[in-house]
Amino acid sequence: MTLLVTVFAAAITTAIWYKRQPDSSMKLGVLCWMFWGASLMWLIDAIFEYAELGAAYFTPALKDMANDLFLGLSVVALALIIWIVILLIRDPKGVLKAKLLKKKE
Amino acid sequence: MACFLVPMTEAIVATVAKKVIEKKEKKAGVQTVTSADGFKMEKTPFSQKLGWLNKMLWGGSALLAFEHVWHGEVVPYFPFLTAAGEGPEAVSEMLHEMATAGVCMAAIVTVVWIGMLLVSKSLEKRALKALPAVK
Repeated sequence: MTLLVTVFAAAITTAIWYKRQPDSSMKLGVLCWMFWGASLMWLIDAIFEYAELGAAYFTPALKDMANDLFLGLSVVALALIIWIVILLIRDPKGVLKAKLLKKKE
Repeated sequence: MACFLVPMTEAIVATVAKKVIEKKEKKAGVQTVTSADGFKMEKTPFSQKLGWLNKMLWGGSALLAFEHVWHGEVVPYFPFLTAAGEGPEAVSEMLHEMATAGVCMAAIVTVVWIGMLLVSKSLEKRALKALPAVK
């Protein structure tokens, strides 16, 4: 479920990034890379788990599924926080800089 | 247990490599390629391409580290990895997981990145061939 949530997040973010091109002022690329990297890593995790559990991997208990969904959504929230922090630090539009360094008349 | 440490280690190495390559590229100046018709195109520097790998590795391992905290496999106090305090059997299991799942995670990200390098190279070539038509 975590893998599924991350893959959806990666696909949606990439579609938004593509639509906004060539404007990269929102640094959406960072979010795309993060989600795709995590998705690939969780894919390996899933393959190893499948090798261990077999077909049972596809029929998880409801409680496990809910926990994994909760984890997946938390992961997305964490990625969004990391992205917002990077966006504010890099400040490509100079919004923060303009706010902090207001010229005195 | 601690599989994310392998891609994280690769991320550290790749970040250092990116810094070194970036410096060299700055010294060498902007690389351009010229088509048969004399068109010049700025090439995407390799350091920028290495940045794709960095972001995937750092992002992926950060999110994976969070998952390990979620499952109680990583704790914010010494020895940080729960397995490290559970005896040699748990440590051996952890190392085994790092050597199998961890290495595979780092490898798949790297393989995908190499694939992207090949695709971008062919796209650059194609764009260069198409340039005279744009003219």
